[in-house]
Amino acid sequence: MAAAANEPDHASDQWPLWEVFTQAKDGAPHEHAGSVHAPDPELALQNARDVYARRGQVVSLWVVPSSAIIASSPGEQGPFFDPADDKPYRHPQFYRTPRGVRVY
Amino acid sequence: MSAPSLPPEDAAHAAAFDARIDAGETIEPKDWMPERYRHQLVRMMSQHAHSEIVGMLPEGNWITRAPSLRRKMCLLAKVQDEAGHGLYIYCATETLGVGREELIDQLLSGKAKYSSIFNYPTLTWADIGIIGWFVDGAAIVNQTVLAKASYGPYARAMVRICKEENFHKRQGYEIVATLAAGTPAQRAMVQDAVNRWWWPTLMMFGPSDANSPNSGDLLRWRVKRFSNDELRQRFVDLTVAQAQAVSLTLPDPKLRYDAETGHWAYGDIDWAEFKRVINGNGPCNRERLAARRAAHDQGAWVRDAAGAYAEKQRRRGTAPAA
Repeated sequence: MAAAANEPDHASDQWPLWEVFTQAKDGAPHEHAGSVHAPDPELALQNARDVYARRGQVVSLWVVPSSAIIASSPGEQGPFFDPADDKPYRHPQFYRTPRGVRVY
Repeated sequence: MSAPSLPPEDAAHAAAFDARIDAGETIEPKDWMPERYRHQLVRMMSQHAHSEIVGMLPEGNWITRAPSLRRKMCLLAKVQDEAGHGLYIYCATETLGVGREELIDQLLSGKAKYSSIFNYPTLTWADIGIIGWFVDGAAIVNQTVLAKASYGPYARAMVRICKEENFHKRQGYEIVATLAAGTPAQRAMVQDAVNRWWWPTLMMFGPSDANSPNSGDLLRWRVKRFSNDELRQRFVDLTVAQAQAVSLTLPDPKLRYDAETGHWAYGDIDWAEFKRVINGNGPCNRERLAARRAAHDQGAWVRDAAGAYAEKQRRRGTAPAA
């Protein structure tokens, strides 16, 4: 639920926005959960805990200033990701192997 | 919005946008979207967020008077959840380019609307049970569908909310079932609460399809996926059996099962009352806003202190700048 990354805050007296990432269990990736407003990193973590970890389903939290996130632009989605589209040889299905052999 | 007056570039964008909607794709914050889509989402999502926040008030009213420690813990946790739900949706609304303070100002100034249901008073402990059973039950019917809304941040907030909301309904229904199996006075109390809350709960789904000015856009853009009347019917069908199970009577003499449609037919909703309440003249509108403003004002020193502390840390160089 990231606000557009490079936009400044809307009101000057509004606390900065932080994006919140939660890890549901040991070994799992951190996933974006939402955002909170807070005046400093410590309160950002505490607010994130109160908003996104009320039920003990979180073992780790990250908070990141929203303004620090650089996102790819949807308008350039094509040119940006296209180069990966014509490389079928990066997938295992591209390769023919003798019948009846377990390759992996 | 493929109105002929649009400049060619926008018309192309609009056509591409409609195609994405038709293909069931999810729209994300930085994607191009018609201004009206953005506007309708801000309106609907901010009303939803405000409803969660104002919804804390009728129940908060009973936290200090809950009949046991167990009930008190449960109610406290539920009201905290409502605050959390408000914050999930505010944060999703902000992705549309509107500031949190702007949204809060709209609520506190009385400019913003919120669900009409929270302008009714909670007169007895039974009302707390009924809110969980009816009001959260109705909200679940709505939100389960909104979890598939076309706007990604809104849909994801709804998924999160739906996971938590089932506890709300069950804690309410448990209170209701306990009272319904209790003394004659307790039974009378809970039946009275059913009688007072049934019709306002049906109004929660919004105007009937014929009179719902925003539904067309919202359905076309797959923000909503079912009409107000369809969702209302789903709620009635679900709730009748739950009422029968605890021997409570829903206050509608016209309520009857229609074997042909497979649905429970219900009587006429008093839309004049709905309009009155939504336009600020329900039993508790002024009280709710006054309570919300007082809470905001009384919290000012906390916000000031946190801001001053963060500033001090920054000056000392002990905290990274945000």
